[in-house]
Amino acid sequence: MQGVQEGLNVRKKMILLLAFSSGFLLVILFLSFWLSNDNLRLSSAKNLAPNLEHLFGTDWLGRDMFTRTIKGLRLSLALGAFTSLLSVIIATLMGVCAATFGRTVDAVISWLIDLFIGMPHLVFMVLICFIAGGGVYGIVLGISLTHWTALARLVRSEVLQIKNVEYIQISKSYGKSAWFIARKHILPFIFPQLMIGFLLMFPHVILHEAALTFLGFGLSPQTPAVGIILSEAMSHISTGKWWLVVFPGVLLVGVIKSFDSIGEKLRILMEPSSANE
Amino acid sequence: MPLIGENLGHYYQKDRWIIKDTNLSVAPGEVLGLSGYSGCGKTTLSRILAGYISPRIGRVSIGHKTLERRAFRPVQLIYQHPEKAINPKWRMRDVLIESYTPSQDILDAFEIREEWMNRWPVELSGGEKQRFCIVRSLNPATKYIIADEMTTMLDAITQARIWHAFLGICKSRNIGVIVVSHESSLLNRLCDNIYKVGSGG
Repeated sequence: MQGVQEGLNVRKKMILLLAFSSGFLLVILFLSFWLSNDNLRLSSAKNLAPNLEHLFGTDWLGRDMFTRTIKGLRLSLALGAFTSLLSVIIATLMGVCAATFGRTVDAVISWLIDLFIGMPHLVFMVLICFIAGGGVYGIVLGISLTHWTALARLVRSEVLQIKNVEYIQISKSYGKSAWFIARKHILPFIFPQLMIGFLLMFPHVILHEAALTFLGFGLSPQTPAVGIILSEAMSHISTGKWWLVVFPGVLLVGVIKSFDSIGEKLRILMEPSSANE
Repeated sequence: MPLIGENLGHYYQKDRWIIKDTNLSVAPGEVLGLSGYSGCGKTTLSRILAGYISPRIGRVSIGHKTLERRAFRPVQLIYQHPEKAINPKWRMRDVLIESYTPSQDILDAFEIREEWMNRWPVELSGGEKQRFCIVRSLNPATKYIIADEMTTMLDAITQARIWHAFLGICKSRNIGVIVVSHESSLLNRLCDNIYKVGSGG
């Protein structure tokens, strides 16, 4: 049992952590607009180890790694957020439709899911990316159209589980519309799963963006994106230029971790059973 | 306009009839008791009458009209377990006003306190939640209420108070009530007539 608490309660601590994580992301976002593109020009200051002028050092073309990393993170974040959102939306629609519109729709959607899972998805992504003409557009479409399946299955089973619960039947007996029930009863129930699905998509998207770019279907190589920076840096790590890979890698982990903790904290804060802690 | 179930029959597995050839009717303002041993089909019968499931044979009608599926159903069912009948992610105020906004008189009659409104369902006891379930079924459009073991989990004094308030409101609005219970002393006390499920009458 808890006694009378002193100082901050769990809820306030959580809000503080939440503010810290969001602050971290905002600082990166702000820096990415503030740092000038001039730092990305080629210069004679090549292969410098981290110093006061170049916080993360410079690469073999003399570009400032700090600027590249921050700008790369912005692009990767935007790409990740947009792609994850798109695939979560597809997954939700498919999952809810499969669970509510009867057997035929369920069979069709399950078949579609099996089809997408059955194909090696890198091949599929390359195909979609190529059709869409590469670039940011191709990556977003390619990744989001191939990665909704697992979440759609999860949503489908969750909705099937909750669909015949008593409070939803009661809501129906009040003459509430299917839309009202989906919005007020079903969505809040599957929201935690959607949130986790969304956050787990993030690193996936960033890795696939790097993979597609590496294969030549994605972004152009001079674009600062974390995936490109990391894959380039890997070839230089054996020559002792550790700063090319360590700082971008650490920042990437930090960013993903703060997204993760934002999601987790929000979920806990919204959970009724922990409202008083 | 009485609520009439004619020739009702239902099974969940083929040809294993749970209820068969059941006829019953409730007039507005009447209190009918449904009694019977456990598993005899009391709950199935009340779910059929409330329109949650359609019977395999027979029909349910109010004044010769069958129930509409999409509109507010004038026959409301109050469940045995309030914790399952309330969305755990809603605050009690939202639960209460999902069907209509009750007046202060009704809330006072069931001793629902203002401070419960902003709580989550997990923060109230079963009896407190059940009062919310009763109040929200007393919509102005409700003509009949089926109380399926509504007060089984409550102590005797609370039971008596809730039934007193509930039947008072039903009488004044001319609502027909079906009381489902296996406790014959409760039924004898409350009901005008008693129907035994599973015996054909």
